[in-house]
Order: sequence, then structure tokens, then C-alpha cells
Amino acid sequence: MRPVLLRLGFVLGLPAVLVALWWAASDGSTNVYWPPLRTILKTFPDVWTADRLRSDVLPSVARLAAGYATAAAAGVALGTVIGSYRRVRAVCEPVLEFLRAVPPPVLVPVIMLFAGIGDTMKIVVIASGCVWPVLLNTVEGVRAVDPVMAETARSYGIAGPARLRHLVLRSASPQIFAGLRQALSIGIILMVISEMFAASNGLGFTIVQFQRGFAIPDMWTGILVLGLLGFVLSALFQVVERRVLAWYHGLRAANRRSP
Amino acid sequence: MLDVRGLQKVYEGSGRRVEAVRDLTFTVEAGELVCLVGPSGCGKTTLLKCIGGLLTPTAGEVLLAGKRVTGPPPGMAFVFQEYGRSLFPWMRVAQNVELPLKQKSLSKERRRELVADALGSVGLADAAGAYPWQLSGGMQQRVAIARALAYEPDVLLMDEPFAAVDAQTRADLEDLVRGLWRERGITVLFVTHDIDEAVYLGERVVVLSASPTVVQETLKVDLPIERDQLTTRVAPRFAELRTHVYAQIQAAKRGVPRQPDAPEELRTDTPPPH
Amino acid sequence: MKGLNALLGAAGLAVLLALGEAVPRLGLVKAAYFPPTSRIAGAFVDELTDGAFWSALGDTLTGWALGLGTAVGAGIVVGVVVSVVPHLREATASTIEFLRPIPSVALIPLAVLLYGTELRSVLLLVVYASFWQVLIQVLYGVQDVDPVAEETARSYGLGTWARIRHVLWPTALPYVITGVRLAAAVALILAITAELVIGAPGLGARIAVAQTSQAVPEMYALIVVTGLLGLLINVGARAAERRALAWHQSVRGEVTV
Repeated sequence: MRPVLLRLGFVLGLPAVLVALWWAASDGSTNVYWPPLRTILKTFPDVWTADRLRSDVLPSVARLAAGYATAAAAGVALGTVIGSYRRVRAVCEPVLEFLRAVPPPVLVPVIMLFAGIGDTMKIVVIASGCVWPVLLNTVEGVRAVDPVMAETARSYGIAGPARLRHLVLRSASPQIFAGLRQALSIGIILMVISEMFAASNGLGFTIVQFQRGFAIPDMWTGILVLGLLGFVLSALFQVVERRVLAWYHGLRAANRRSP
Repeated sequence: MLDVRGLQKVYEGSGRRVEAVRDLTFTVEAGELVCLVGPSGCGKTTLLKCIGGLLTPTAGEVLLAGKRVTGPPPGMAFVFQEYGRSLFPWMRVAQNVELPLKQKSLSKERRRELVADALGSVGLADAAGAYPWQLSGGMQQRVAIARALAYEPDVLLMDEPFAAVDAQTRADLEDLVRGLWRERGITVLFVTHDIDEAVYLGERVVVLSASPTVVQETLKVDLPIERDQLTTRVAPRFAELRTHVYAQIQAAKRGVPRQPDAPEELRTDTPPPH
Repeated sequence: MKGLNALLGAAGLAVLLALGEAVPRLGLVKAAYFPPTSRIAGAFVDELTDGAFWSALGDTLTGWALGLGTAVGAGIVVGVVVSVVPHLREATASTIEFLRPIPSVALIPLAVLLYGTELRSVLLLVVYASFWQVLIQVLYGVQDVDPVAEETARSYGLGTWARIRHVLWPTALPYVITGVRLAAAVALILAITAELVIGAPGLGARIAVAQTSQAVPEMYALIVVTGLLGLLINVGARAAERRALAWHQSVRGEVTV
């Protein structure tokens, strides 16, 4: 019983203290920009109604999902091709290094030229920003396939799609997931920014509207929702990652015990 | 079963030319267990990879059951020294053993049967659901052997498979290999740098020279077929054979070309020309 | 081999530039949206001769460097304190796990209200985003300290400060450097984002101006500049990482073939 209580204390203790501090420090605050936490929380249910969740949060998340999925598929596919052939890699490397280095948010104005300001633009923005970390990490993972494993596969006639599925992609999966994780944070940033630029709905759009209309407590609730969304998506990602890479974490723990 | 004729392998790269294997000719009969032993760095692994079709020889050829080997042939299974890197850590033991069978278009039942049988033979029936990294080094190498067995090869190639396990495990694994060889009648080509292991395991020992490699000597091991770690290793005949092989390897290291005056009783026929 | 690779890489770049020239000229995309390489190059040269461009570049680099410096300092100090003080790691784990994934762009409206288009807006976003990169790496690094080394240090009566200096810091250093490398890239992204969205002076704001005034070639030229800047930071950070870690390979027991 005690260890459980203790662990719970460690998990909840500091957050509780911080919230309490915020509450106390902001209580009675007359500064327009720092409304009391009490006010923010009271505003929350009024702002984030089921309607608003449907009209703003859902479209944002759907665009993020579409862009992210496109980037993941394209990044893994291209990365596998580039990683598998030394010559292709040599040709592409400088180009990829440059493209990866372009800060993704500057893509928004460019893509707006082509795709207007609709959903397509946002999905393309998210996809074209997320694809680089996935692509480059896949390249690294694919080229780092253990030579002994590769020879094992060859000596047992495991080739073509079977080799790709059972050897190359599995062996690269830790790197691929590292890329997917980076891509997720970039995706969220681009989701918000693309909506701040030009949109008629979505989380980024709504929060900027609140800010422009000086609805400060509403804006604060928006920041909280964005924070929550980031947290939930990252937690979801971690659940998937732990499942898919269970072997990898186990292997690393085993290696650490007996190097 | 396996014919190696005039095999040569030269590595060429960045202006350097390294002749790893110069001229190797030997034969492994069907159902025979032959050990290749040689000084370290004598190109044993290169040789085995050429035989297994993983490397293309510069000259000469390898014939498996009369057919020339150009790539990894389906009739051969390879057991690598680096067991930890040869098993796929993302697959459970049974999946590792089954994976090569999936390329062979066997029915699902047949695959299961082969996997269970192979794991049983190496004493790992209970570990089917474990991940390789949850097992000890010796057990991992057993899994690799089970994978090779399930593949039902004509020839089993083993590249210093026990070099990285501790002495006791090693003795167990040696007995396992001898046991499996006798039970299943497969042809085994076993590469090692350990003279005792070569003499203990082999029906015949092929002693290799230092790199660039040629056959230093071929030696018939006339120990009884029934061998065990306790009695065989202290038998006078075992001592004679190992001393002889040891001397040959020392000679090979010094670069003395083939010893013509091997004692009569140890002399064996050089591989008959085909 | 190396020469050949460089040649192939140069060929790849040449193909990219040639495609950039050919595609709009052949009318595959509208030149108004995607000007040919030569026109972007012209705009690029024009930028280089424009004083306002250089001051924008200076603004961006200032925001980047100040933000990165603050984040690295804070990340290292907080990371070491959290690791060294007993139980603090456990007590802060949930909070860090909660705060870290909060997208820094969520703070944009707040930054606008508090600081408008001042440098401080940029710093708020840059520091928040890059701080976590450093902190997490420091925490990983300290976790990696060999318990035997730690025990040894303790048994020899090394004090807290000496343990930090001689055991904890050398072990954590490679991780810290990785953290700085990651943070440097993130900091540039956030600096440009803040300028682009909020309008704080810098390359980002210049891109936004080029966009609204339909100066498409200038916009592309500026984007190329941000890419080159990012490239420089990535390459520089990786070179620094390699240099700093060269001595460390043997300590970490990594096999180099």
C-alpha cells in the first residue's frame, strides 16, 4: 500500500503544488493578461463545448492525422529506397541535408501559393514538414542493418519483400520511430501555424481569434487545450512505440545487464 | 556431396590486393562431419562464405551435389559465430526458426512440425515463445542450430559457432552437434580455430595453412564413433591426433609448406582428384 | 570513393537546380508561383546587397543565439539539480512529461499580448522549445552514469560537487552536446516561426512581407537563406559534436571498425 501511495505522491505532488501556486498567485489578479486561474477554469466549459470540439478541434486533428500519415508513408518508402542503394544516397544526400534544414514553417507561404488556404494547403504543409525527420531517420536505419543479419537472411534465401518486411524495416524501426517522434512535434507546430495564417476553423485559428478579440481567459483555455492535445498525442505515440519496439527496449536492457 | 576445387579468393579494394585464399581443393562426402582448422586469420570465414555462396570466389568452384554454387543454395544452412547478431531480436525463437521455412512454400502445419521438431532436438522446446535476447549465449546458438536444422539442409556450414560461448556450454554444444549429426545423418562442415574441438568433433580434419590459404593436410580421425567429453579427450589416440594437428598448425604459421613426412599411421589420402 | 560521392552529391544538387529552372520554363507550374532558379538566384543576389536583409539576418541570429544560450544554461542547471537532489527526479518526472509535449506555438498568442513584436516574444518561444531538448538529454546522460563509478566516488569520500565534476559531468557530456545540437535546430525553427507569425523583426518577418507584397522570387530567395542557415547550424553542430566526443568513444566502449 505504502509504495503505491508514495509513487502516487511523486506523480501528483509537484503538479498539484504548481497548480496551487498558480491558483494562489493569480487569484485576485487584475492584470488583464494574467487572469486568475479560477476564471480560466470557469470559462473552460463555456468555451470548449461539444460543438466547438466538433467544429475546431476535430478539423485540426483530422488535418494533422492526414498530413502526418502521408509524411510517415512517404518518408519510410523513400527512405528505404535511398537507404538501400549507396549511389542513390550519394546523389540525394546534399539535397536532403538542405531540404531538412529549411525551417518547416516557412513552407506555409510557399504552399499557400499553390494550394490556396483550404484543407489541402494545411495537409500539404504538415506533410512536407514532417516528412524529413522520418525520411532521414529511415535512411540511417536502413543503411545500418547489421551485416551478420543481412548475411543470415541471404544464406536462408530471404529476399525481396520478405527481406524488406522481416529484416530491413524491423531492424530500422527504432530509428524510424525516433523520426516519427520528431515529426509529431513538428506536425503539431505546423497544424497550429497553418491555421494561424489562414483558416476559418481549427485550434490555431480560434486561439488567435480570442487573442485578437482580447478574450483573454478564453485564449488561456485555448492554450490549455493545445497543451493537452500535445500531451495526449505524445502519450498515444508512446503507447504505440512501447508496443512496437518492445523487443528493442528488452534487447537494450539485456545488453545493459551483460555488455 | 560437397566439392571445393581450386578455390581462390582475392580481395581488391583501394589499390590493395589481398589474397585471402590461394588454392583450396577438398571434398566432403555425404553424411560426413569434416572440421576445417587453421591458424587464426587464415581465411576460414572467407572460405566458408565462398562455399555458402555468400561470396563469389575469384577462381575455382564449389559444387554442391554436382551443381555449381553461384549464390546461397537452398540445400545449405549456415550457422554463424555471432549468434547474437544472426538471430532477429524482434522475433521470438519459434518465429526465427520458422522464417527461412516461409521462403520454401511449405504448408503451415509442416512448418510448425519442423519448428517444433528442431527446437526439441536442441532441447529448447520450452523456449519457443521467448525472445532470443532473453536467452543465454549458449541457448541462442542452439536456436541458430535449430533454425539450420529446420531448414533441412543437405550440408550444414558452421563458422566457429562456439567461439563466443563459455567452456562448459561449449562442451555441451559440441556433444549436441555430434548427436544431431549421428541422428540425422546430415553433412556437416565445421570451421574452428580450436584444435581439440576439431579432433573431438570431426571424422576428418582438414588443416589449413596461414593466409593465403592452401590445404596443409587432411587427416582422418580414427576415434570411435561414440565419443564423450570425459573419456575421448583423455584417450591416447586423441592426444596423438591433437599433437599432430598442433604441429601442423605451428608449421603452417611458420609458413612451412605442407609437411611431406607425416608419420605413416597419420598420413591420409589427399582428396582424390575428380 | 569519397571523391566519387562528392561528385554524385554535386550532380544531385545540379539536377535539383536544373529542375527548378526547367519546370516553370516548360510551363509545368506557373512561374508566378514557382519562379525559375535563375530568377530566385537573382533575387538572392539582390538580397545580399540590401542592408535591410543583413540587419534581418542579424536579428534572427540574435534571437537564436540568446534563446539557445539561455535554454542550454537553464537546461543543464535544472537537469543536474534534478538529478543530484535525492527524489527530485521522481518528483518532477510527471511534470516534465506533461510540460514537454506542449507545443511551443501555443504560447504565440500570449507572447503577442505580452511583448508584441519585441525580441522577447521570439525568446519566449525559442527558450521554451529548446529548453526541453537540453533538459531531457541531461537527464538521460546522468541516468547513464555507471553505478560502480558513482559508488567508487562515494566510497572515496568525494563530495557532491566533486562527484558532479568528475563522475556525473564527464558521463553526461556527450548527451549534453547532443541536446545542444538538437536544441540549436529547434531554436532556429522557432525563431523564424516567431518572426513569421508574430512579425518580430528578422528573416521570418521579411518572408511574411515578401509574401504579402507578392514578391515571390524574394520569398524563395529568403527561404533558401533560412535553409542555408539551418544547414550551417546542423553541419557546425555535428562537427562540434564529433570533435567533442572523439575522446569519448573509448570511454563509451563503442566499437569503431
